[in-house]
Amino acid sequence: MPVESHPRSVQLRVKRYQPDTRDKAYWQEFQVQAEGNDRLVDVLNKIKWEQDGTLTFRRSCVHGVCGSDAMRVNGRNRLACKLLVQDLGARISVEPMLGFPVIRDLVVDMDPFFDKYEKVKPYLINDEPEPRTERLQSPEQRERYDDTTKCILCGACTGSCPSVWANPEWVGPASIVNAHRFIFDSRDRGGAERLQILGDRTGVWRCRTIFNCSEACPRGIHVTDAIEEVKRAIMYGSTDSA
Amino acid sequence: MNYHKFDVVIVGAGGAGLMSAMQLAHNSSIAVISKLYPTRSHTGAAQGGVAAALGNLEEDSWKWHMFDTVKGGDYLVDQDAAEILAREAIDAVYDLEHWGLPFNRTPDGKIDQRRFGEGPVRRSCYAADRTGHMILQTMFQQSVKNQVNFFNEYMMLDLLINDGQACGVVALCLRDGTLHVFHAKAIVLATGGYGRAWRITSNALACTGDGMAVAYRRGIPLEDMEMFQFHPTGLYKVGILLSEAARGEGAYLLNSEGERFCVRYAPTLEELAPRDMVSRFIYDEIREGRGIDGKDYVYLSVAHLGKEKIDAKLPDITDFARNYLGVEPYYEPVPIQPTAHYAMGGVPTNVEGQVVVDERNTVLPGLYAAGEVACVSVHGANRLGTNSLVDLIVFGRRAGKHIAAKWLPEAEFAPLPADAEAFAREQVESLLSNGKKKETQDALRQELRDEMMEKAGVVRDATILTDMRNKIAELKQRFREIRLMDTSRTFNTELMEVIELGNLIECAEATVAGALAREESRGGHYRADFPARDDVNFLRHTLAYHTDRPGEPELRYKPVVLGTFEPKERKY
Repeated sequence: MPVESHPRSVQLRVKRYQPDTRDKAYWQEFQVQAEGNDRLVDVLNKIKWEQDGTLTFRRSCVHGVCGSDAMRVNGRNRLACKLLVQDLGARISVEPMLGFPVIRDLVVDMDPFFDKYEKVKPYLINDEPEPRTERLQSPEQRERYDDTTKCILCGACTGSCPSVWANPEWVGPASIVNAHRFIFDSRDRGGAERLQILGDRTGVWRCRTIFNCSEACPRGIHVTDAIEEVKRAIMYGSTDSA
Repeated sequence: MNYHKFDVVIVGAGGAGLMSAMQLAHNSSIAVISKLYPTRSHTGAAQGGVAAALGNLEEDSWKWHMFDTVKGGDYLVDQDAAEILAREAIDAVYDLEHWGLPFNRTPDGKIDQRRFGEGPVRRSCYAADRTGHMILQTMFQQSVKNQVNFFNEYMMLDLLINDGQACGVVALCLRDGTLHVFHAKAIVLATGGYGRAWRITSNALACTGDGMAVAYRRGIPLEDMEMFQFHPTGLYKVGILLSEAARGEGAYLLNSEGERFCVRYAPTLEELAPRDMVSRFIYDEIREGRGIDGKDYVYLSVAHLGKEKIDAKLPDITDFARNYLGVEPYYEPVPIQPTAHYAMGGVPTNVEGQVVVDERNTVLPGLYAAGEVACVSVHGANRLGTNSLVDLIVFGRRAGKHIAAKWLPEAEFAPLPADAEAFAREQVESLLSNGKKKETQDALRQELRDEMMEKAGVVRDATILTDMRNKIAELKQRFREIRLMDTSRTFNTELMEVIELGNLIECAEATVAGALAREESRGGHYRADFPARDDVNFLRHTLAYHTDRPGEPELRYKPVVLGTFEPKERKY
């Protein structure tokens, strides 16, 4: 059983940005001992605690549910706490996600990301009087939007999208996922409003169906499929045929 | 000085903080300060469910929920608070549903409920095994809708009290290292727990007891800190939680002989006995040599549930086993061990969420606390599974409602003390000035966590607790000698981590002092040298006050609120 660990040496190449001391980003190599079950975030912590306290990254839950430590690892956006170092090869490259302003090292500015999220009205819209108990929803209706409820807003999908790189103003996949979560919720009444927002020129049509977002999602959400469902709902003016 | 003025400042953006915010967003100016982006808060990691006696699947009553809570807490629960918890859980869950929380459903469209720990009734409302995630997302969505002001990645360093009234907080803006003073009529502490004081923990790196430590340094006592819950089923070595939902769905715990040992200890509830008990069952099995391969873990097995049920009901937690241990739960048992999970103790409050500062429950006007940071006390000596989320929504809601209805209409802004940011500034500047210091934060953190695990863990006695008390006194001295490698003002996470370590040491101090003085065994606090519960001497709450003597807070006691259920021996 693969519980016991075997330490091995790992080479980590990190893209650094230290605005206090240097104007430009640069690469730095670190050599570190990793245990068999170490996650990438464990190795980053080891570097930070034992070698270089200036190495800067976000992290919190360290098991893939809080979404703090999305970063570009060997060219793909991943959560550093969902990757075992043993699965990453002998040389690992780590850099901040593309498409976001970098604050320091691997820390990017998430404010523009959350601003775009807010644009799609990511909350239940329903002004009908609330029943004394729960609103009813069948298991089938609940299943309809299950996939997009998993989103943890880590930004991995949006930061992997070439359409976002080309046009940072574009609303991006994460916002569409969160719109989808309500558009297909039988309790929600704001679908038309959101479809209108997503139907304009900064909306879903800039998606080129590249599937980077689906590959990047640490929650396994079928992001591109969700975007396609929203496109179809806009085309047919209804969520039934989507 | 960067100065901000709001009617209410809420510190912490997890379930309790955002639930308070929801009660206040329409009628007052509020700010939510969080050292993380709100959706990173640890509420999001809660898996299993939120208890409420809806009775959607079988007969249930809030009284039964109350009873299970009181008994589960080994009668250290304040029963007035437990009654409110159980009664108001029902409306709070409906609130969440009305705000869009995607609960799993019964065939007739109602909220589905399942069994959880410590009770025979299907009472846990859930959304797969990511109920906390859904609560956090739903609350954040509502905050966006209500245009709540967030100060993200601001870390609270100090609480301001003047003229006997709480009047603000001082926070460090991580992005540029500036200090900010938030002047307010009411402050809500909703900063969560401090599981990071132990080596094996289910808690996020951010769970460092910041609100408790900041209040403690300002003379506010910490209540029942010796009552810390070890959850029985943490992933071996990493501590990540595998929720009771697994056992609620029928998972087994197995020792090296393949025996379901819980059946021997708790013939009625078996694997679903209270967490403190199951953790001790595991401890005993390991001590008696029935750990797997003679090591310090046992197995959790779900394989007999079948793929379909595992995928439908337990998708996330089985993924944890795959991702982090390389174990396939469809076929293989999962190695687990007890993991530091939840603080029953914390900043003492009354049932309105108001912070109370002595054995007579004197209110400190303007200061509130809710969620894991607080001790109401609804969890007593051992929290019931699914009651943490109930605590957040019920008491987060009550604190917000009390501020809106009772406090703001009559309250004035108390003036800020002179040089309001002085204490916070002194903390930051002394940490950033290295001089001849030579300790590393890494060494201190490891020593604290390793020794807390050995000496203030599942089983304790006077000898190891005394050792730990001395260790904490030593760590407090050495803390001043920590040398930072990073002295930048821009997003200095090393500075943040050292401040967090200081907070953990304060929380550990109160924990160990309370544990040493409590010469009995009750709930999560088990003394090998005093294995019986002692209601004559210890049916009372500990209050630990900060002093100038490292490791030695002043201890006082206050009575437990009884009333409905007389204390009895806890059998399952």
